[in-house]
Amino acid sequence: MTMLDVSGISVYYGNIAAVKDLSLQVNQGEIVTLIGSNGAGKSTTLRTISGLLKPRSGHIVFDGRKIEGIPAHDIVRLGLAQSPEGRRIFPRMSVAENLDLGAYLRNDKAGIAEDQERMLELFPRLRERIAQKAGTLSGGEQQMLAVARALMARPKLLLLDEPSMGLAPVLVDVIFATIKRIRETGTTVLVVEQNARAALSVADRAYVLESGSIKLSGPARELRNDPEIAKAYLGG
Amino acid sequence: MSQPTIAVPTPKRPQGVDRTQLRWPLGFTVAAVVVVVFYGFILPFLVPGVRGWVQDWLPISEINVALIWAMSALGLNIVVGYAGLLDLGYVAFWALGGYTTAWLMSDFGFGGKVNFNIFGSPGAASTTGIHLNLVLVFLAAAGVCALFGVIIGAPTLRLRSDYLALVTLGFGEIIPQIFRNGDEDGLGFNLTNATLGIGPIDSMTFVRINRGDVVVGKLNVFDHVGRFILFSLLTALIIFVSLRLRQGRLGRAWLAIREDELAASAMGVPLMRAKLAAYAVGAIAGGIGGVAYALHLGRMLPDPFTFAVSITLLAMVVLGGMGNVWGVLLGALMISWFNSTGLPQIGDSFNSAFGTNVNFPSFNFLIFGGVLVLMMLFRREGLLPESRTRLVLHEGEAGDTQAEEPEQELVDETTVKSGDVK
Repeated sequence: MTMLDVSGISVYYGNIAAVKDLSLQVNQGEIVTLIGSNGAGKSTTLRTISGLLKPRSGHIVFDGRKIEGIPAHDIVRLGLAQSPEGRRIFPRMSVAENLDLGAYLRNDKAGIAEDQERMLELFPRLRERIAQKAGTLSGGEQQMLAVARALMARPKLLLLDEPSMGLAPVLVDVIFATIKRIRETGTTVLVVEQNARAALSVADRAYVLESGSIKLSGPARELRNDPEIAKAYLGG
Repeated sequence: MSQPTIAVPTPKRPQGVDRTQLRWPLGFTVAAVVVVVFYGFILPFLVPGVRGWVQDWLPISEINVALIWAMSALGLNIVVGYAGLLDLGYVAFWALGGYTTAWLMSDFGFGGKVNFNIFGSPGAASTTGIHLNLVLVFLAAAGVCALFGVIIGAPTLRLRSDYLALVTLGFGEIIPQIFRNGDEDGLGFNLTNATLGIGPIDSMTFVRINRGDVVVGKLNVFDHVGRFILFSLLTALIIFVSLRLRQGRLGRAWLAIREDELAASAMGVPLMRAKLAAYAVGAIAGGIGGVAYALHLGRMLPDPFTFAVSITLLAMVVLGGMGNVWGVLLGALMISWFNSTGLPQIGDSFNSAFGTNVNFPSFNFLIFGGVLVLMMLFRREGLLPESRTRLVLHEGEAGDTQAEEPEQELVDETTVKSGDVK
């Protein structure tokens, strides 16, 4: 079942097209990755899906509903949560308060408490830091908090923007292992990554973005073995 | 008959009923009662020397003025301190609240064109004008200010903070100008009576104790003590609302917006709606301050509503401690007292001690500016800071070593789980 269907969107900053006629699909239960180099339009695509930018043309259908043009906060309500680029945790709030804000749209107190417990299980490190201000966490911990915070909305689809950014290689592996575990709990994941190696190692399918358009797509396993991809994105 | 001693688990209190929440209303009430008893019943019987000293240094009329400033500063705190939106034209709401009072509680009636009385208290000789009950006036002022808060907010809140500040600055200049020039709109309708102002504002008696036909005691809004009671109730109400909002969903939304707008909207916080709510609530508090100001003056004139008022209110919020209700209250009371009584009195003492003739009150903005500069250098978070602000401003100074902790530690703990990646 197609959960997210992006068809032919174009996004402009002024007169400059950042994304041109881009289409991609994410099926329920998948981990899909969108890889590409700096400036390829990855984050623009993600921001458009999450409602922070409006496409000039094209359609985005999530869970059977057209969502292009719907404000970001209403899209969250529909079950599409994102961990934005650069983590963007709330630095002056405690870890617990950050998680609490992730559940901003929910009213079920018991369910929120339950989910917070699940998050602390998923990221044991956050439990130790639960009362600490998020701004004092290390980069890896902040990334975990950003992912956990997005999951607190109990999304059907989780959008992750560059979760590996600025992290030590071994931490990148930790984050991607967690992404796999998140999928096991029933959440579909679309992850935008510059670190193609890490992304392709956990994804089911991948799209390769180049100057605003999809250049290649297919099962992650195949792309990983594609010599051209290896040369361009995996460092030979 | 002895009962078996079984430990009965005390039922958990439902959320929200917390003993610590009762502490401040109690303290506030005690302070207010002390003031009322002192100024109402003790002061008149003190020896003239002491009485004169109190009336010079802390007259009750200036306590009332300080409370008016406090109400407005607390309102501004919601906009600036909670939601992080810089507002440089807050004086407009003060003026709107004040003029709403003048319109609805005087003989003015827009040049005698509109006349009616709804539970009002027109003077004995009054034949014209709108005379509304004070309670209705408060509701009307709150409504008018909330409306204008939304009107100014809706088109401007999309702007980034610097631009928003400029637009609010313009709003704060335009509204008083309308009141200044509002005697002739080209249609012969007198809106504000221009520089002559509107007045007198109806006196309002809210407690009257009769013994037979003789009135033995009454409190009205033109008594200093009567006004003090009213103003402290209003201040308490604004404090209560501020504290409750802070803990609620809206308060969390404001905090999130102040921290990071984009992240907040990614969490599902409706940015526009939350910002507009901050504007409207802040405007209502400013409007209530305006009504109180009108009652205090007994007459509405366009002159007091200057840019300096907006800046003074902002200074109260910043000096006291942005985002912290008690800090803002302290800042407002202190600065108001300093401006109205403190500085002139200190100046008089100084002049008589040294035989000089320095006009101290004329230096108030110089002193003000100096204090602000010193505060920004040594205590940027304000007198009673909000804990979050203090944390960020003193980052890296002390006790903040967590951030430098090596990431290696984290890896050791979780490598087991990352085994399935490769």
